[in-house]
Amino acid sequence: MPVDTSATGKTYPPHEYEVGREKIREYALAVGEDNPVYFEREAARAAGFRDVAAPPMFAVVYSSGAVTPVFFDPDVGIDFTLLVHGGQEFVWGEAVCSGDTIATAVEIKDITEKGGMGFYVFESVSRNQDGAEVVRGTWTNIVRGA
Amino acid sequence: MSMEAGDSIPELKVTPDRYLPHRYAGASGDFNPIHIDKEFATEAGLPSNILHGLYSMALVARANMAAAGGDPRSLKRLSVQFRGMGAPEQEITVTGEVKSAEGGRVVVDTVAKQSGKAIIKNAEAELEL
Repeated sequence: MPVDTSATGKTYPPHEYEVGREKIREYALAVGEDNPVYFEREAARAAGFRDVAAPPMFAVVYSSGAVTPVFFDPDVGIDFTLLVHGGQEFVWGEAVCSGDTIATAVEIKDITEKGGMGFYVFESVSRNQDGAEVVRGTWTNIVRGA
Repeated sequence: MSMEAGDSIPELKVTPDRYLPHRYAGASGDFNPIHIDKEFATEAGLPSNILHGLYSMALVARANMAAAGGDPRSLKRLSVQFRGMGAPEQEITVTGEVKSAEGGRVVVDTVAKQSGKAIIKNAEAELEL
């Protein structure tokens, strides 16, 4: 079945996520981070952060509420059983700290077919409560046998 | 902290325990059963439940930040390709080599392997020192 590329360029409204200190702790422990700036307010402030800092890859946590619905969007039409996460890029800006509210908007940048596989590229842009960009994510998903 | 083209970054070795995918699922919100349900995964044709790719990417981020002195603000960009599948209870080794170092901006080529096979390749990290 040919890949339906008609959703290319579709945008999704921003999804808000409020960053909490205990969620940062849970995430940092799961990925084995031990820098005190992720756990202790005093250490974070001494290092120049407003509050407990989020590890850069915490971007996954505050972006997921914006990115996940795209996978389920019938306009995009991804078959989950054939889906593989092919690649991921993050470009970081302003640091994210506990207490921040991060709004993430997603756009479908590209849908193409190559060698019988569908390539779906989503871009997410996350901004903090001051409007500063904190991360830009490029999510490349491959649907086998499309 | 000085990093020159051709330098290796300190190797990171991690063996995720049997329940790590469950903790990462809770931390990240990704409860896809191929990561946390061995029976489901084997029925889907996988050897076991598999690690989340973004968990392995977080280890690549860790190795690069550690090489830059540990400050999370040092990591400016990380781009990876997921290859193969990571499994719990097997050691992951993250290695990297500095590709370029100019004006405080360092680009590191990184790879994460398990049992000699790449689970993350073509990983490129940009660090600001």
